[in-house]
Amino acid sequence: MLRRTLPMALATTALVATSAAAQDVTLTIESWRNDDLVLWQEKIIPAFEASHPGIKVKFTPSAPAEYNAALNAKLDAGSAGDLITCRPFDTSLGLYQNGHLADLSDLAGISNFSSVAKSAWQTDDASATFCVPMASVIHGFIYNKDAFAEVGVNVPTTVDEFFSVLDAFKDDGSYIPMAMGTNDQWEAATMGYQNIGPNYWKGEDGRLALIAGEQKLTDEAWVEPYRQIARWKEYLGDGFEAQTYPDSQNVFTLGRAAIYPAGSWEISGFNALADFEMGAFKPPVEAAGDTCYISDHTDIAIGLNAASPNAEAARTFLNWASTEEFASLYANALPGFFSLSSFDIDMQDPLAQEFVSWRGDCESTIRSTYQILSRGTPNLENDTWNASAQVIKGAESPEDAAARLQGGLESWYQPQQ
Amino acid sequence: MQTRRIRWHIAVFLAPAVIVYTAVMIFPLFNTLRLALFSRIDQERVFVGLQNFRTLFFDPIWAEQFWNALGNNFWFFIIHMLVQNPIGIALAALLSHPRLRFAALYRSAIFIPTILSFVIVGFAWKLILSPIWGIAPGILDAVGLKSLFAPWLGKEDYALTTLALISVWQFVGIPMMLIYAALLSIPEEILEAGEIDGIVGASAFWKIKLPLILPSIGIISILTFVGNFNAFDLIYAAQGALAGPNFSTDILGTFMYRTFFGFQLQLGDPHMGSAIAGAMFAIILIGVCIYLFGIQTRMRRYQL
Repeated sequence: MLRRTLPMALATTALVATSAAAQDVTLTIESWRNDDLVLWQEKIIPAFEASHPGIKVKFTPSAPAEYNAALNAKLDAGSAGDLITCRPFDTSLGLYQNGHLADLSDLAGISNFSSVAKSAWQTDDASATFCVPMASVIHGFIYNKDAFAEVGVNVPTTVDEFFSVLDAFKDDGSYIPMAMGTNDQWEAATMGYQNIGPNYWKGEDGRLALIAGEQKLTDEAWVEPYRQIARWKEYLGDGFEAQTYPDSQNVFTLGRAAIYPAGSWEISGFNALADFEMGAFKPPVEAAGDTCYISDHTDIAIGLNAASPNAEAARTFLNWASTEEFASLYANALPGFFSLSSFDIDMQDPLAQEFVSWRGDCESTIRSTYQILSRGTPNLENDTWNASAQVIKGAESPEDAAARLQGGLESWYQPQQ
Repeated sequence: MQTRRIRWHIAVFLAPAVIVYTAVMIFPLFNTLRLALFSRIDQERVFVGLQNFRTLFFDPIWAEQFWNALGNNFWFFIIHMLVQNPIGIALAALLSHPRLRFAALYRSAIFIPTILSFVIVGFAWKLILSPIWGIAPGILDAVGLKSLFAPWLGKEDYALTTLALISVWQFVGIPMMLIYAALLSIPEEILEAGEIDGIVGASAFWKIKLPLILPSIGIISILTFVGNFNAFDLIYAAQGALAGPNFSTDILGTFMYRTFFGFQLQLGDPHMGSAIAGAMFAIILIGVCIYLFGIQTRMRRYQL
């Protein structure tokens, strides 16, 4: 009896399993945005699945700091998901060159993006595009409006005003003037140096001149931002040396600090946590009326794992990710991640509107270390983290830090030699 | 004429252990060493011999990081040898005191951190020592020593020592347990014989017990050495892969991780990473050999 039922049972399960597979394809998305898990699960994925029956999507993020390492290991082992969230520039370019990301140049929806938007996910000669651009993030400062009203200061536009606001908060004493720590290092570089820097190196002009080897990191335009962030030290909280990134976020959202050097990606998190009104101002310029430059960094895109067995379904998803429907969903679900598509997206969030309005007033650029310059050893981006943290702590002078970075860059980057 | 029978059963019984150990330990170890002899040039894997090691030891950029990590690793080890093991021995001596009450309670309490995950220990201590939310500044304030507080984990001069002491806190239970077991195995008769000769109290510990537990101390030292030079988890959990501030807590494990898997914009380099792993293996091998041939063979053993 048993002998006969067992093969039957096995055959039945096999049958059920195959028929299920024929019905539904499940796509897995690799991402570092574990903060967005709920948004994907509750808004983006249901919207996609409703219009595309037969395709199921699973969003499986890992911790941001581990993402690149984990993804590389998974891709090499062949266990990575079908869709890969792409970091900008060389990290993804490396994946493409190693055959892990598929070429998406022939995807219909890719024409919905400008060439600037696509530049972060193209080969150097722009012949192949391997990720669908999703969003950029803009740097600036988020401030506590209640605190500003209480102490009676106005939003600063110039560097002098900026420091007099910080001084006012320091003298008042009821707020930490600025919420930032150096423990995690990247805050110092990303929210410090790369935030205010474009005003000094004139955005794209300086960035491209550095890549071309016409400017050096020891030039005034690249050292001055370090001198500026070195002045921040006295406005940071006690023990800022051991203050981590989550600490800074909490200090600000608990209303204990007045100004937070930010990236626009903080908006949705801060909206949920802070019970005071927040505003944003752009990096201060030297003199009133100077052209302002902002870091509008192409930050996130999505690509196709070349080894994916569900390439057809994955391409369907990617095409959908290039539509206006997705752009609008994404930009509104995640205020602070600004769509890179050419569509005109309506955003509801006032803070996000404030950030995105700067695109009209200022020249946009991207972070200086991301394109090409972090290809070699020593890695310029990692060194910039270290240097920025050291400069803020006062452990290294701005000039020494710049000379060290320049030395490292010269050691492998030919146009700088 | 009697032919020797081949004793197949030996091979059969050894096979499972040998196969499993080879698959999960020996093969990966040698494959890692093999990987260290290659390099990726223009998307092609090329055999480069010892070039990676030459880069690691003599290229100024790599060598500086390597020697920094190695030096930090030695400091990490020294703190463990000077703090963890003496405290472990002292605790074991106290616990083995026959008139101590609640010995089992203390024993468990001291041993419990050992079974906690590194991530929990790193996170908990980061919170305790945090200048913003931590209880450390409050406690020091309560006893009037607030001026002694510093953001230790963020200061280049203190961060590594602080982390080493956190690791000591976590693992002090292991030498304690091993020594405790060794102390319990000392027969009463020997101690009584000593008592008759007038050796009691502290001198009984120094003159009778300590020589008898020396082999255990040796084993603990070598376990500490291997554990410390393989350490990675605590530093990574507390300070991240860049082992800040300014690489002052960078040890070989974090250096290897950063190189092998990459970090942020830095792409992973499995070949240089394997070279570092190979260097770590060599350092541990040399250390263990020095102990085995230089110390253990000369240690006097007493038949109990």
